[in-house]
Amino acid sequence: MFKIQHAEFLAPGIKRFVIEAPRIARKQKPGQFVILRLYEQGERIPITIEHSDPERGTIRIVVQSAGKTTNLLNSLNSGDSILDVVGPLGKPSHIEKFGTVVVMGGGVGTAMAYPTAAALKRAGNRVISIVGARNKELVILERELRETSDALMITTDDGTYADKGFVTDKLRQLIENGTRIDLVLAIGPIPMMRAVAEMTRKEHIRTIVSLNPIMIDGTGMCGGCRVLIDGKSEFACVDGPEFDAHRVDFAVLVQRNSMYRTAEQQSMELFQHECRAQKQAQVAGQENDLAVTGGKK
Amino acid sequence: MTPPAKTSANPIPIKERMKVPRQHMLEQEPLVRATNFKEVNLGYSEELARAEARRCLECAKPTCIDSCPVNVKVPEFVELIVKGDFLGAAAKIREDNVLPAITGRVCPQEDHCEGKCLMAKKVEPLGIGYLERFVADYEQRHLDISNLPKAPRTGKKVAIVGSGPSGLTAAGDLVQKGHEVHVFEALHEIGGVLVYGIPEFRLPKGIIRQQVDYMRAMGVEFETDVVVGRTVTIDELMEQEGYDAVFIGTGAGLPQFMGIPGEHLNGVYSANEFLTRINLMHAYEFPKYDEPMVDFRGKNVAVIGGGNTALDAIRSALRLGAGHAFILYRRSEAEMPARIEEVKHAKQEGIEFQVLAAPLEFLDDGKGWLAGARCQKMALGEPDASGRRRPVPIPGSEYEIPLAVAVIAIGTSANPIVQSTTPGLNTNKRNYIEADPTTQRTSRKGVFAGGDIVTGSATVILAMGAGRRAAKSIHEYLTTPGTW
Repeated sequence: MFKIQHAEFLAPGIKRFVIEAPRIARKQKPGQFVILRLYEQGERIPITIEHSDPERGTIRIVVQSAGKTTNLLNSLNSGDSILDVVGPLGKPSHIEKFGTVVVMGGGVGTAMAYPTAAALKRAGNRVISIVGARNKELVILERELRETSDALMITTDDGTYADKGFVTDKLRQLIENGTRIDLVLAIGPIPMMRAVAEMTRKEHIRTIVSLNPIMIDGTGMCGGCRVLIDGKSEFACVDGPEFDAHRVDFAVLVQRNSMYRTAEQQSMELFQHECRAQKQAQVAGQENDLAVTGGKK
Repeated sequence: MTPPAKTSANPIPIKERMKVPRQHMLEQEPLVRATNFKEVNLGYSEELARAEARRCLECAKPTCIDSCPVNVKVPEFVELIVKGDFLGAAAKIREDNVLPAITGRVCPQEDHCEGKCLMAKKVEPLGIGYLERFVADYEQRHLDISNLPKAPRTGKKVAIVGSGPSGLTAAGDLVQKGHEVHVFEALHEIGGVLVYGIPEFRLPKGIIRQQVDYMRAMGVEFETDVVVGRTVTIDELMEQEGYDAVFIGTGAGLPQFMGIPGEHLNGVYSANEFLTRINLMHAYEFPKYDEPMVDFRGKNVAVIGGGNTALDAIRSALRLGAGHAFILYRRSEAEMPARIEEVKHAKQEGIEFQVLAAPLEFLDDGKGWLAGARCQKMALGEPDASGRRRPVPIPGSEYEIPLAVAVIAIGTSANPIVQSTTPGLNTNKRNYIEADPTTQRTSRKGVFAGGDIVTGSATVILAMGAGRRAAKSIHEYLTTPGTW
């Protein structure tokens, strides 16, 4: 059991957890992830480690509610426990002094890009961060990224905060302005990473993406997380999760991630149904309590 | 008629024993079991077990012991069964084998004890596996493990990396010598391949849990969710956590793919993933368990390969409702490495065997899902390095089959995590760890290795044999200074 020391919402549906995991905290490097399992019948899901504190023996993760497991996870609070947390898994990000690095985070991908951005900054790079979110409420880690970046640009899809548009618009501007870019790191939804890859391919800018395929064990044993890299199968859990964006077959990644969509929806609907039933039971319970106490509070 | 030896408790004269047919174990009916994941074999009754045990010829020079990788004293435990001392028989097996309920179920006895049984030359061999299973299950029901005798502590600490058959065996043997034993497991359950690889219908998870509980009662400590090499390294275990010796039993590791077009299609699985979803993650119980599986009902499913893993996969597919479930194997049935009993059971259940055929390409339905396979027929040529006849493609024999799911069960390669994070640990060309075949010592002082991570994919019992040799050698290393 791994105890949650602290939990807070960073934005609607996006929660940050500080988890007691001393062994992982001692070993984690930027770019690595953990696999979590919440309860006995639960699935295993990979989540990037945002930060770790070896002294306190804690790791930090940021989770966006998407399916059943992430929704359930985001219902947990400090003092609750997670049944299994294993890691740090995957190869750490390759950190060296490249020169100017553009770090791009789309949505919750911002939290995954942040530790690598910070490490690249520490390695002496000029770091330009570009963060995109659907709207103002969903912009996360602005303060942290501002501290670790030489420049920070923010876009929102609807223009409710900073500049309206997509992160790729900002990247295009940088390229068009003649900014010398030695490396791009893009982490976010697949369409965003794919768009970045297409843009930088033409410009011959080295680009790294962090892939998040369906995964089970995370140690290379099952091969479920295989991705097509230059037409060859590689395992995201041990060969990645970071890959050269120009070699990734994004279409296959989208296709493989859709493999269990029907089942995932079924799980989610059952979960929502249970939640509603639980709430109704709670309300009924409270009404009963009121009845017993004669309505007095 | 020769009278039985005076010391024998067996009332049947030796010459009569060959005339007694082998006692068959009750099984679930094939058509019933093909629809559930419950165990196929149902076990012996006490009466059947004693009847079977009485078939033992009590050879003066028994060949069954030497042919067993952990050298179980077969004639002695069988004699205790004849006497009705079932707990005594279990204790006798445990002197050499800490996982009797597991080996009694999954060991390929035909390659070891039963294959070498003198009776096998003329009639069916003694049912040694069945008898072992019987006493292990009897022990589980009747033995109180709350007060197992414990050896005096030596003060030495041993880390076992991986809780599969080799690690569990080494742990069990070492704790009985009084060492403090700590087993690290990467997954959330103890058992390694026994848990993620072998299906419930062949080895129920409850049985593994009982065997692990027994080891806990012996004093072995377990820690799950630790990927040695990532969460902690071998060097950290020895330098910072005070372990005097380490045994690496991390198993075979990475699934091999065929490198043919279409392997990335939805519906194409490695056997490891397919079986892990079912066994470790209980995907067959979706949505009670969260892990999903594609819908198999009424579909054409092929498993490529001819080993035990291939058979476990195809029989699982059948239980998930596959309409047509078949094995695609490039050699003939004679070369299949699977256990004879599994092939027999699979055939009874309606699994089809398409031998001397191999896929060349997986075909796309246009939406990224598997639609079929283009296959090629094979003939058998000269024997290869494995001694089995090599499959040779027949030109012009290509044909297509419709398929919804394909599972690739053609073997594994070495998982690199421990090797790549342990400086000075020598590996061979294929990246398996180099270890002495008798002492299981590696190139690193105090570090031992055994099982599939040394030999490549093999069997549960061979891995247990390695664990046993390692435990002996670790004990010597820990108790005799200057022995490295």
